[in-house]
Amino acid sequence: MPFGTSPVSEAAARSNNAPLLELQSLSTHYVSAQGTRVVRAVDDVSLTVRSGETLGIVGESGSGKSTLALTILRILPMAARIVSGKMMLDGEDLVEKSETEMQHIRGKRVAMILQDPMASLNPLFSIGDQVAEPIRVHEGESRKNAWQRAIGLLKSVRIPSPETRVTQYPHEMSGGMRQRIVGAIGISCEPRLLIADEPTTSLDLTIQAQYLNLLRDLQRAHNLALIFITHNLGIVAKMCDQLAVMYAGRVVESGPVTEIFNKPVHPYTQALLNSIPRMDDVDRRLTAIEGQPPDLASLPQGCSFAARCPRAFDRCRVEVPPETRPSPGRTVRCWLDGATEAA
Amino acid sequence: MTAILEAVSLSKHFQAQRGFFGGGGSVVRAVDDISFTIEQGKTLGVVGESGCGKTTTAKLVLGLEQPTGGEIRFEGKDIRGLDAAGRRHYRKSIQAVFQDPYASLNPRMRISSIISEPLTTNEKLPADEVRRRVLNLLDLVGLPSRAADLFPHEFSCGQRQRIAIARALALSPRLIVLDEPVSALDVSIRAQILNLLRDLQAELNLSYLFIAHDLAAVAHMSHDIVVMYLGRIVESGEARKLAREPKHPYTEALFSAALPSHPDERREEIILPGEVPSPLNPPSGCRFHPRCPQAMPQCGEQVPELAAVHGRMVSCHLYSPGARPVTQPAEAFPNA
Amino acid sequence: MAVITPADTVALEPPRHRTRMWWGDVPKIPLIILGTIAFLALFANFIAPHNPELGSLSQRFKPPFWLAKGSYTHLLGTDQLGRDVLSRLIFGARVSMVVGFTAVLFAGTVGTVVGIVSGYLGGWVDQVIMRLTDTWLALPALTFAIFLAAIVGPSMWNIVIILGLTYWTRYARVIRGEVLSLREREFVRLAIVAGCSKWTIMLRHILPNVLNSAIVIGTLMLGVVIIAEASLSFLGVGVPPPQPAWGLMLSDGKQGLMVGYWWLTIFPGLCIMLMVLSANILGDWLRVKLDPQLRQL
Repeated sequence: MPFGTSPVSEAAARSNNAPLLELQSLSTHYVSAQGTRVVRAVDDVSLTVRSGETLGIVGESGSGKSTLALTILRILPMAARIVSGKMMLDGEDLVEKSETEMQHIRGKRVAMILQDPMASLNPLFSIGDQVAEPIRVHEGESRKNAWQRAIGLLKSVRIPSPETRVTQYPHEMSGGMRQRIVGAIGISCEPRLLIADEPTTSLDLTIQAQYLNLLRDLQRAHNLALIFITHNLGIVAKMCDQLAVMYAGRVVESGPVTEIFNKPVHPYTQALLNSIPRMDDVDRRLTAIEGQPPDLASLPQGCSFAARCPRAFDRCRVEVPPETRPSPGRTVRCWLDGATEAA
Repeated sequence: MTAILEAVSLSKHFQAQRGFFGGGGSVVRAVDDISFTIEQGKTLGVVGESGCGKTTTAKLVLGLEQPTGGEIRFEGKDIRGLDAAGRRHYRKSIQAVFQDPYASLNPRMRISSIISEPLTTNEKLPADEVRRRVLNLLDLVGLPSRAADLFPHEFSCGQRQRIAIARALALSPRLIVLDEPVSALDVSIRAQILNLLRDLQAELNLSYLFIAHDLAAVAHMSHDIVVMYLGRIVESGEARKLAREPKHPYTEALFSAALPSHPDERREEIILPGEVPSPLNPPSGCRFHPRCPQAMPQCGEQVPELAAVHGRMVSCHLYSPGARPVTQPAEAFPNA
Repeated sequence: MAVITPADTVALEPPRHRTRMWWGDVPKIPLIILGTIAFLALFANFIAPHNPELGSLSQRFKPPFWLAKGSYTHLLGTDQLGRDVLSRLIFGARVSMVVGFTAVLFAGTVGTVVGIVSGYLGGWVDQVIMRLTDTWLALPALTFAIFLAAIVGPSMWNIVIILGLTYWTRYARVIRGEVLSLREREFVRLAIVAGCSKWTIMLRHILPNVLNSAIVIGTLMLGVVIIAEASLSFLGVGVPPPQPAWGLMLSDGKQGLMVGYWWLTIFPGLCIMLMVLSANILGDWLRVKLDPQLRQL
């Protein structure tokens, strides 16, 4: 079935109007052991996700996107701290929750799947045990019932002969299957929101296609909200309704995917889109972005992209641009004159 | 166009498990009877998924592994028949750039030593000449001269890959094997390196064997593409045409799985069933037949020959004489 | 003849992730302890109040100065031959340090070389060497050392060689393991592609990259070797008297324990313990420090 049929209207049809997850001016900092270095991994990030919608968060290394995922689930390492902002899940602020309350939320209302399926699965436990675990923890089901549900879940992620697979161990499965099992664990308690951090990076192309297809079907079936964290704009083009581009811990541009691809406003987004090879225009010389991604430990004053920006001017190097709305549903952080300056 | 390197029915089989007492055991046909040509100043792209044999092919070309069948011809001569001087010349003419910029440079050596190692190993040159060449190479890849005295950990990912490229150029090779040269780099850096590679090719008339899983990058960089599946070549031909109109069902599925460049890009979605099978136990006949949406009875019995179809080489029974008449590939495949 | 237009030239900015290694978190006390022992060993001639080998029988079994019958002339008391315990401890440090470091160096050199050759060359060389190592390892270290000592006769340098021969296998195994994984790293492959010979690769590429591990093993082996030396001395096959060695002092002093002359064993025992503990703590710290994966932010 051809995809890409007006994702925006589809999303609108699926979602209700109240946002499921709303991040408001969220900031997470890492403080080094000596207390001397502060890394602003996530800086003043505001995002919204609605039920049934897919948000893509795009960034390179050092953009803070993975820290953002950990922040939402409050599973940050010891050195990191949420310093300001709110995370409203269905109206409740996750920043204020206690650890016990968060344990009830993780896996049940918000789930996460990671890049490396082998690291996500415990090699010592059977598939059945691992898929059944969240069900037993959150819903107190007996082992027998939970296993039955696990078999059903394996079926829904299209694993062939789930009754035999359920007693097997992770090392007996291929990479693609393991990733699907991880997905099954993720949706086992019917969460409202699923965060996927680079879930397909380790998969072969055709397996990736299977997997993305599966995710899309699961999303439709369960009215899941999906956050895709990736460095790959292609995944965003294929799967996402909304897009947020992160650079050096800040969201530099956000809005509907098609609008941003058609008319990117921020110079970084523009440069990024121009630097990837396109199948429909293979001979075009790629536009390289000079310099390298920033070091979060020593960010420059002002806009972090200024050093690499072809259109930077004096103000950019001194003041951090605030978030503005060039048009409804879109935000951008740039001193250039919003939508009128778009390439 | 002169052919620099030719693989003729190249094979590499590995003993997977030696049976007890050294007998029996299974064979991994990592590369099975493949043939391709790399021409002067051109890039041959190799695409395929895990187990397809592209890394083994790279190692065979580089001489890191010896073929178990077939031959490699360099400048027209079989490399096994070369004398010591010929072998050295081969070694010097083919260099490599690998995927991981962190693992490609010895962390304990200075950049000048790293880049000059191929030179000092193969030629007797005075120290100042070596230095001059090192600085020249750094300039060629866009790095300042003071980089020569620094250590790898003082450079970013993209810069390290440039150093790796400079080192590969030290002996003025004719062919460079690029095994996933940009996969480990940030997206915004990839274009820098790809552009650099293209510029170097134009300036120095280099040939490349370009292996990558990013199909758009391969299509962008290559003149010709070879598609591998489980150790065999299923299709090969001119890059642009192959990307636009794949003929083999696997190539079709592969290119349809490639991620779009734009949300509105329409593409037929061909989802292949099942997993990529293991090279330990390849299917009989055409190795792709268990997953092929177009499979016919003879596909499981006979290995299809690599035959020429409209200027493309395809290994598929759909194109054998006597198969069902095939018109334009686009029409032959119904909407999924 | 740059191909690249100026805009593409990469400026060398201050490198990313350039965290200068901070050595300030070294465990201070172990360092001071080892430093003190080394200092004592070096300047024993100037520091020790008495000749450690000469004693007067009239001064036998004097207790430490804070007890009755003790005096300030012999701060830590005297042993069964009237020799000053403190001076013997100070000179004993020399034996422990010399034997300790030299044996570790010797074992380390042999073990590292064997590990590299075995790991890199593989094939039958590796098989032979590994079987040899296995056999060697199967021998109980101390028994083997005693056996060798009995053959060649005890002397300080013989002990060094013996300990070196006993413990090189610990290095060989670990280093070989590292070499096996280093061998597959891309920079080694590229060195092969560049035409380097096997020996050049082992020397230039493999050796510098296993040095870190070798050093860490060394610091951890220091404790083991010192205890081995002390054990050999205790059993009477170590450094021969009258040269003072802590293990020997333990052995000589044990008969005094029954009678209450506790200072003859406790002080040398404490010294051994402090040195080994310090070496272990430092070795452990160094291991974490040099392993980039274990290091924290």
